[in-house]
Amino acid sequence: MRIAGKGLVDRSQTVPFVFDGVRYEGFEGDTLASALLANGIKLMGRSFKYHRPRGVLTAGSEEPNALVTVGAGAAQEPNVRATMQEIYPGLEARSQNRWPSLGFDMMAVNDLAAPFLGAGFYYKTFMWPKSFWEKLYEPIIRRAAGLGALSGEDNADKYESAYAFCDVLVIGAGPAGLMAALTAARAGADVILADENARMGGRLLAETYEVDGKPGPVWADEVLAELHSMGNVRLMTRTTVAGAYDQGTFAALERVLHHTDHRPRGAPLETYWRIVAKRSVLAAGALERPIAFRDNDRPGIMTAGAVRAYLNRWGVSPGRNVTIFGNTDDIHRTARDLLEAGVHVAAVIDSRHDAPGSDDYEVLRGAQVCSSAGRKGLESITVRRASGEDRIHTDCLAMTGGWNPSVHLTCHMNGRPTWRREIEAFVPTPGAVPGMVTAGACNGSFSTAACLEEGITAAESVLGDLGMTAPKITVPQAEDTPYEIAPLWAVPGKGRAWLDFQNDVTVKDVKQAATENFRSVEHMKRYTTQGMATDQGKNSNVAALAILADATGRGIPETGTTTFRPPYSPIAIAALGAGAEGKGFKPQRFTTSHKASVARQAPMVEAGLWYRPSYFPKEGESNWRQSCDREVNMVRQTVGVCDVSTLGKIDIQGPDAGAFLDFVYTNMFSTLKVGRTRYGLMLREDGHVMDDGTTARLGETHYLMTTTTAAAGDVMKHLEFVHQGLRPDWDVSFTSVTEHWAQFAVAGPKSRELLNGILDMPLDDDSWPFMACGPVSVLGVQGRLFRISFSGEHAYEVAVPARYGASLFDILTKRAEALGGGLYGMEALNVLRIEKGFITHAEIHGRTTAYDIGMGRMVSQKKDSIGKTMSQRAGLEEPGRERLVGLKPVGESKQLLAGAHLYKEEAEPVRSNDQGYLTSVCYSPTLGSMLGLGFLADGPERYGEVVKLVDHLRGVTTLCEVVNPVFFDPEGGRVRG
Amino acid sequence: MDKLSAKTPCDGLLPLTVGSVTLSEVDAGSIHSISAFNGKQKQVSDALKAAHGMAYPAANRATGKAGARAIWFGPAHAMLMGPVPDDALAENAAVVDQSDAWAVVRIEGDGVEDILARVTPVDLRSTRFKRGHTARTLLFHMTASITRVGDTAFQIMVFRSMAETLVHDLKRAMEGVAARG
Repeated sequence: MRIAGKGLVDRSQTVPFVFDGVRYEGFEGDTLASALLANGIKLMGRSFKYHRPRGVLTAGSEEPNALVTVGAGAAQEPNVRATMQEIYPGLEARSQNRWPSLGFDMMAVNDLAAPFLGAGFYYKTFMWPKSFWEKLYEPIIRRAAGLGALSGEDNADKYESAYAFCDVLVIGAGPAGLMAALTAARAGADVILADENARMGGRLLAETYEVDGKPGPVWADEVLAELHSMGNVRLMTRTTVAGAYDQGTFAALERVLHHTDHRPRGAPLETYWRIVAKRSVLAAGALERPIAFRDNDRPGIMTAGAVRAYLNRWGVSPGRNVTIFGNTDDIHRTARDLLEAGVHVAAVIDSRHDAPGSDDYEVLRGAQVCSSAGRKGLESITVRRASGEDRIHTDCLAMTGGWNPSVHLTCHMNGRPTWRREIEAFVPTPGAVPGMVTAGACNGSFSTAACLEEGITAAESVLGDLGMTAPKITVPQAEDTPYEIAPLWAVPGKGRAWLDFQNDVTVKDVKQAATENFRSVEHMKRYTTQGMATDQGKNSNVAALAILADATGRGIPETGTTTFRPPYSPIAIAALGAGAEGKGFKPQRFTTSHKASVARQAPMVEAGLWYRPSYFPKEGESNWRQSCDREVNMVRQTVGVCDVSTLGKIDIQGPDAGAFLDFVYTNMFSTLKVGRTRYGLMLREDGHVMDDGTTARLGETHYLMTTTTAAAGDVMKHLEFVHQGLRPDWDVSFTSVTEHWAQFAVAGPKSRELLNGILDMPLDDDSWPFMACGPVSVLGVQGRLFRISFSGEHAYEVAVPARYGASLFDILTKRAEALGGGLYGMEALNVLRIEKGFITHAEIHGRTTAYDIGMGRMVSQKKDSIGKTMSQRAGLEEPGRERLVGLKPVGESKQLLAGAHLYKEEAEPVRSNDQGYLTSVCYSPTLGSMLGLGFLADGPERYGEVVKLVDHLRGVTTLCEVVNPVFFDPEGGRVRG
Repeated sequence: MDKLSAKTPCDGLLPLTVGSVTLSEVDAGSIHSISAFNGKQKQVSDALKAAHGMAYPAANRATGKAGARAIWFGPAHAMLMGPVPDDALAENAAVVDQSDAWAVVRIEGDGVEDILARVTPVDLRSTRFKRGHTARTLLFHMTASITRVGDTAFQIMVFRSMAETLVHDLKRAMEGVAARG
């Protein structure tokens, strides 16, 4: 019911919206909850477990009941709190956890079965048969209980992440937060003021307080106007500071566009902030406690603070005939506000025997509400007094059990709050979060005057830490009502008295937990589910543990609280992963030949972050194998060109470069001649192979190391570690030049012919023997040439500065094709190297030693090197180790599969008989057979033996002959040209 | 006779203007990594000053000016951008040509810090990160070098091969900020 003349909504702006398919109207400034209440809608949701009809309980982010789904299709957003959702034209919201409709919910039968569904129900029931839990019970229970659901579709909404920095972060923009921000800002500090609401002001917007003689909202707006005008202040509305982390880092979620259907292109729906603050002031306010009594969950029963908020901020009375119940003077404030607005107050029930009276309304002192009645909405309450019980007709009960300071953020770094007896509540423990000072209601100071003053003193305190001078600020005049409370957690009586509305946990459930000996508050939480899910027990925590304390005969401080964990309120996973979807998942690294390869329809394969062409399909080729076979034959017969720029290239310079390389490689590099290249093997500290590649000596103190594509970063890191950590005395420097050079392999019998067409000085065997390297002029551009081969053919790698890469690739391609050759991709490259028995990281996978891969003799005995000692450990060289071999199919089945395991021919293929495994396989068009590389126990001593390959996953068994891993041209005649 | 033609790292990707901010590719001239040999820091700095007019930069600082700048690039490296390094430098330092290794862009305009705040964890507020300040840091998922080169202008460098991702990530951030109006 809308009240004339009340509220801060803009009555000139009517806003149409839809709830459960019905069109309603509200005003600009309304939340979904306030607008529905204005339209007389009280039933907003069904409860989690029992599907009980529920209405809105609160007016803030702690709302446990009024959770709705906003939007439809891929972008639908579940579990949105109606109290936080601002209405806008076009808003469509739906209630949740009901079928077929909110008014008639079939699942409400759960409520009739309630005696069987209490706390501990899951643990005691459905124990048997065991397999039924996963397949039958759990799915059914999950369907019956729950909140809203995601669409399951790909959501195109954009989420964003961002960083912010400040001297002082002020969390919460109520009277305390505003004064803290103002004080810090006037001192010149960089200030961020964040508040979860659309409009700043906190309780000043929800109450009828005056500050310095002005209405609260007017005073707040004036302060905000000053803050807004200052260059050193950032005001962040709709921004929930959700977590406190190390070193002044805070997580915050800004709801950028949830309040509008205007979605400019590229605009984020939400921004996930990481705010780094030198100091912080927590002014998060307090949350009002409901009182547990029988059937205290009917729509129409809500916290007194919420009733005042709806009345004063949104101009809505949640009822026409309101009753008020509680244990603090807040109930009288509520009564006065309602009466002044012309709303009928049916009764004021104060549980305190010494409660103040009133001339305007009757106060039932020492009375308690012990039950309620009404279908889908409150119709009456029953009040118990010493004289007996009376039924009072009412459509709205405003209840207050006192206030819980919002201590959550102060506990995110494992701090525990402190119990303060005189306010019957937990308050923050000073210093729980380093650099954070608390102020106002979250600190247990509930009067407006105290909040304003503490805001100033908190700011003064952090300014002092920062070495800044606080300005003189007079505390504004405001009410300073003392907070009088007599504890009242639950009204005794039969029936279900609800504590945790979101999880359907009752007083009886908590007592049951204690009876079952779940006496620790953490155990009680798990047993009952109290305090779980999206509201994290904001409304119920303290009451639940008070009841547990009572049931276990302990005090509240001894019972303690459960752990407050971030986030303070729910955050979509999409916001946490903002920007990391699609192309944002990881960087893409493209070679200079990428576009040309794509233009030739080459499918790309990812190698680390790089994209490399698999093969280059020609017209008429319908299968990758056809292309691959052709490319292999082409390299063996004419010439092939392949972009190898992705291999790591590390420029190593310095007087100690040679000594350094001798130390990181197993073999010698200090003896390598200038103008020559050598294959090198690198071990990890633990003696296993780390990487391999060629290193060229470009000058006396100048080398160029190549690494495999995938290990380039790791090798660079390793070199820096060895230098900085082990041999800082050595004068040597490393620079990655991977990106500077575009490098192409030119391989095949016609490779020299192709190169001589583009090199300004032609090559011959005398000047460029196998493993030679040096500077060359490529079509007038200074480049480098290396006569190395990964294919076993007469081959080179030619490098030019990357700006010329695309151009050189095109020229090489054109000229290779003219010679009957062309491009080859990763598939052909792989076949060529398997034919030659060359290893890749499929073989040096981290568990193999130099001995295992047949390179034991490459570990020089003349010098020390990284990993050498550890590679000589017992067990790493002993007989029976699985060592590199070649495998060829010899039986009926010709299929080889990487990952398959090897057994003796007659042995049963079980784990205990395992003798090894395959790491690489290919079809070799050169040899007309499948070939495999693998590791076999004592393999090199078993050439000629037939072993059995078994792939248990794919159901393949193949007999193989064990052979030398160099299948093709074992003498190496071809590579020397 | 074939002739090699050159392409820049951001060929076909830039310039790009969204709202008040423009992202454009920079022709930085020659780029060389300078890494002083042990105990030769002073000689290198002197040679740098004599030949190119700027001191060897301290950590997180850039020296020189547009056209001839030395940017701190890590514990043992500075990047000389613009001039071809004088031969005297190579006597006391490893000098490595990096001219083609880096995509170099300039992002400039009102609110540029808001855009960079979407992609980098470094505090770039003008009071903290002034002209001549530089950082090796992350640009979203990439390692980058970010240097303030003007009141509302930054130079950003990432690996050449990541130019497309650089533009993608910055464009996304630019659109997000611009859309807020």
